[in-house]
Order: sequence, then C-alpha cells, then structure tokens
Amino acid sequence: MTARPVVAEDRAAAERQAAGGAPPPLGRERLLELYYYMRLTRSLEERLTNLYRQGKVIGGLFRSLGQEADSVGSAYALDRAAGDMLAPLIRNLGSLLVMGARPEEVLRQYMAKATGPTRGRELNVHFGDLGRGFVGQISHLGDMVPVMAGVALTFRMRRQGRVALVYVGDGATSTGAFHEGLSLAAARRLPLVVIVENNGWAYSTRLERQTAVRGLAVKAGAYGIPAAREDGNDVLAVFAVTRAAVERARAGGGPTLIELLTYRRKGHAEHDDQHYVPKEELARWEANDPLERYARLLTSRGWLAADELAAADARVTGELDRAVAATEGDPAPEPESALEGVWASPARQPAPWYREGGAARG
Amino acid sequence: MAEVTYLEALRQGLQEEMRRDERVFILGEDVGHYGGAFKVTDGFLAEFGEERVIDTPISEAAIVGAAAGAAHLGMRPVAEMQFIDFISCAYDMLTNYVATSRYRANLPCPIVVRGPAGGYVRGGPFHSQNPEAAFLHTPGLKIVCPATARDAKGLIKAAIRDDDPVLFFEHKYLYRRIKEQLPLPGDGDLVTPIGQARLAREGRDLSIITYSAMVWKALEAAERLEREDGLAVEVLDLRTLLPMDDAAITATVKKTSRVMVVHEDTRTGGVAGEITARINETAFEWLDAPVLRVTAADTPLPYAPALEDYVLPQTADIVTVARKLAAY
Repeated sequence: MTARPVVAEDRAAAERQAAGGAPPPLGRERLLELYYYMRLTRSLEERLTNLYRQGKVIGGLFRSLGQEADSVGSAYALDRAAGDMLAPLIRNLGSLLVMGARPEEVLRQYMAKATGPTRGRELNVHFGDLGRGFVGQISHLGDMVPVMAGVALTFRMRRQGRVALVYVGDGATSTGAFHEGLSLAAARRLPLVVIVENNGWAYSTRLERQTAVRGLAVKAGAYGIPAAREDGNDVLAVFAVTRAAVERARAGGGPTLIELLTYRRKGHAEHDDQHYVPKEELARWEANDPLERYARLLTSRGWLAADELAAADARVTGELDRAVAATEGDPAPEPESALEGVWASPARQPAPWYREGGAARG
Repeated sequence: MAEVTYLEALRQGLQEEMRRDERVFILGEDVGHYGGAFKVTDGFLAEFGEERVIDTPISEAAIVGAAAGAAHLGMRPVAEMQFIDFISCAYDMLTNYVATSRYRANLPCPIVVRGPAGGYVRGGPFHSQNPEAAFLHTPGLKIVCPATARDAKGLIKAAIRDDDPVLFFEHKYLYRRIKEQLPLPGDGDLVTPIGQARLAREGRDLSIITYSAMVWKALEAAERLEREDGLAVEVLDLRTLLPMDDAAITATVKKTSRVMVVHEDTRTGGVAGEITARINETAFEWLDAPVLRVTAADTPLPYAPALEDYVLPQTADIVTVARKLAAY
C-alpha cells in the first residue's frame, strides 16, 4: 500500500454518475448492516443533542456528524469473532456500536446514570468492555497508541492471530505518545492498525497550523511502515483499506498507518459554535455527507432497495425510542459509591470524617 | 541460607516470579541483551527468551503504556525505568491512564514499574532522584520502597502478584552495599505484604519514621544516640508508602510521643509533610513535641561530593534533630 491522494468531492461526483451493474463488494446483509450502524450513530447523536438541550446530558456532547463512515467502516473491518480489539476516540461512537456497545449504555453514560457502564465515573464514550473488544480511552490524545501496542504485543506473545486497532485524530499526531507508541509497534512489527482521522480541525486549530507536512500518511515513512490514504466519507473504501491493513497485521506484516480524509461538521463539542470555520467549507462537506452518499450508492447501483433502507431507518428509530425511554429515568449513582474501586485492594477508600454517614451537611 | 545483596535479592525475586508465572514479562531499555544498566536482569534473556525480556526503544511512555495494554489482557508486565529519574517521561501515562483505569473503566492494570532511585552516588541531578512524592498524590497507584535485601525480594514478588499498579523504587546506593542471609532460591516463598511497615528497631524515647536507604542512616543514628545519650530510639521502616500503614504510624506515635520523619527526597511537598498531617489529625493528643523532619534541601541534586553531601540528609542531621526532639 502506498499513499495516494483522494479528492473526496471527485469521488462523490463519480459515484453520482456511476451506472448500475457493478457487483457489490460485500453481501447484501453486510451492506445493510453498514448502513444501519451509520444511521444508528447519527440518530443516536441526534437524540443526545435533544437530551443535551433538555439539560439531561450532564457534560459536553461530542458529535461525529459527517464522520460516521470512517468509524463504522473501519471497525467493521475487524474480525470480532477472532477477538480483534480497538480503542476509540471521542468521535468514534460508530466504532463502539459496531463492536457491540448498546445505545442504552451510551445514553446512560452521557446522562451520568448509576446504571451506566462506568457508574457515573466517566463521561460520553469513555468506556470499555474487554469482552466485546473495546478499551476505554482517556482524554489525553495519543495515549491509546502505546496502550494498544501493548494489547497487540500480548496477542503476539500468545500467538493468537488477533489484531488491535487504534484511532487518533490529526491533532494527536503531534503528541509524543503517538510517536512512541507507533515507533515501538513498528520496531517490533506488532499487529496494530493506526487510523488517523484527518477531519481538518483540532478544536479550532487547522491542520496547517498543526504540522508542516501536507497529509499525515507520510508520517508512516518515518517509522518504516506502510501507509494508506483514503476517502473517509466513503464507507466501503474505508472498510476495504482497513481490512487490507488488518489482514496484513494478522499475517505478521506489522503496523499500517491509515489516514482517512474526512471533516468535522460540528464544533469540537456542542458548546462550540464553530465561528472559525468558513461557511463554504462546511457547505462543501455537507454535500459530501457519508450517509447520504452511501444510501445513494446502494440504491443507484441496485444493491439495496430504498424501502430496505427505510426499514433500517425505522428500526433505528424504534430502538432509540425504546433506549431513551428505558434510560431517562434511571437513578443517579449513590454518592458514596465514588469511594469504591480506586484500587483492587483496598476496595474502598475511607470517607473523610466530615463526610461519614452521607453527603455534605451544615 | 545464603548471603545475598539487595540487587541479587531483587533479581531472585524477579526470576522466581517469571519461573512461577508465564504471564510475567519484562520490558525496558537495555534489559535484555545488556542485562539492565545495573545488571538486575542479567541472564534473563538466555533463560526466558526475547518475548519475555523485551529491549524497547527509549520511550518511557510507550513502555508504560504497552505494559498497561498487556496488563488489561491478563499479563503481568514488569517495566524497568533505566534510572527512576526517567519515570517523569511516563508521568502522564501513569497518572492519567494507569492509575485511573480500574476506577474509570473497570480495567485491571496490574503492572510493576521499577527502577533505581536515590542519591549518595554522585549521579547528579538526573541520575539521583526520588520521585515518590510526585506519585503519592495519585489515587490508584501503589508505591513501595524496600530498604533491605529481604524486602527487595519480598516486595518485588508481592508487587508482581498485586492486582494494582505498583511503583517499585529501588535504592541504587543499597544495590551492592547491603547484604543479608536469605533462604536459597526455591526454598520457600519469600513475600513481603504490601501496605505493612516494619519495626526496624524498637525504642521508647522517640520514633524515626522513614523508608528506603534512610532506614540505614536512622539505625546508625539510633545506635549513636543510645551510646552517647542513652536514648532508646524506635525506627519504623514504612516499606510501602501507598497505601500507608497508618496503624503502624499511630502505634509508634502512641509509644514514644516524640516523632521525626526522615526522607532523602526534597522537603517541600514531600512524604514527610503527609505523614505529619496524618499524625496531626489522628494522634495529636499523644504528642509531647512537634513532628520534625529531616530531608534533602529543596534543590536539584548537585554532582560535586561537597554539594551532594550538603544537600542530602546525613546521619549527623538525624542525631541533631533527635536530640532537639528528645529535649523538647
């Protein structure tokens, strides 16, 4: 694999003009599943936006609008049955859903419920489940690269043929942890796939101010590993490029760095009004919406019928209706539960004496 | 029984755990082919192979991060910092990722991060540090600082078996200077429980609470105080700093009512401040004198012998402060 530039808009235009008749790259069920996960990601975030406006989301809300193809297509390329694992970033809700995270978990997490996967300790999509193959991230960008290198190292030591995948953003490529983790993984040819989601912005900092390189795939050369550059808004292309890297890793070929070109269509988080983003740039990427593109591709090629997509939409709506209804009224965590589980042993921290017997008084 | 050094005891502990448990592996800079900068893992590559004794790039954050990832999956990694001074390069990984993993994401992270700490070896500012206070403040970590050969072995074994991340601070001055009769390898399972202090010397007149290499200076001072002043000085070797053995601290406070804390690390924000605060909160009425400290001065550690000896605590300092405490 060598880096090759992709001009996303050109690709989209080509798709619009494409005649039917080409054979689908995946079976119908899998094509539909990709669509379902992208729709679920977008609709779940829309529900979260409503809950945020109602004040029910306690902390910040991070959207992946316009990036659903990169999350879903890449995670879908892993072999879950083989035990592949990933570590997501803040805009990889879609990856988590593909790995088996449930909308209820995400809702409870955002609403800081006792019933959530972290029992109210962590925010948003910061949670993990080793059994389902995803590791809980932290906010410090780049840190998951060394951690997933360690996961990949373990796969190799145990001769398990499993693959680890880790996401970083364009901004995280500036961190030391990204460098150290990739360097270690490359030196030991570990089965690790590193996906760099180049969405143009690190909070309000453009890529040109982040780095002097044009295109992040070139960084792979410095680690002696192959790179690929792909249109991150084309879910099938994302799937294909990731699958190739995953299989290379599984076969002992070591890490691959994949740069996915996409765009962050909302602010860093819901509070951010994106005043620094040129309107015409937003409009251009809105016209390159990955979900609409994929739906158009599926129906124009005759791979899936419009009513099949509509049925998937309805399924998502129903699932989310039920998920929101099932979680909105869940209890907040017991305050004293904050003292549990810092260490395996001792299992519980003593309360300060002025807090013994409950919450602050006086 | 055989006489072994602190370093040899540590080595035996690591080796026994690697033989006992296949999940244990070592990663760090120059730990394999070279056998470690201080030869702690000398011969390990030949015995355990390249997959269990991993020479890494010079990347402390990656060493600790990769150890964490492996630990999540059930491995028992032991990461070496070539000098403990370089643990600061992994500070983010340890405090933000490792220490929080169980609490925030129910992720077990049973790693050991070990390496040579401490001064008195003319190592200068970057090969002499004592980093414990930087981590004492971080919930989720454990910190051990063995002073004896027995505890170097017993605590490394306990640290590897512990289900929490353990920072294991060895004292390089002690590596080859301390010798002790220990059971032969394989003859019994020498494990020192984490979280338990040890009475290094019993006394009734005043207490010295300390750890690591300062235990030996405290014992030296205690002998001198007994000889010259007739004082019976108790020396409490904490062994573990996190979690701290509050019961042992309280017991010695109640026994002597005069307490000093000695550590090699710098003074401001040091472990002694925390111990003093705990005594103040829980046993104030038992005190007959203020808790006093002997520590390094608040400077980077200088190289020249005259400077290093001036900055670091010496036995004479402990004697001076003990006399003031006894006379209070």
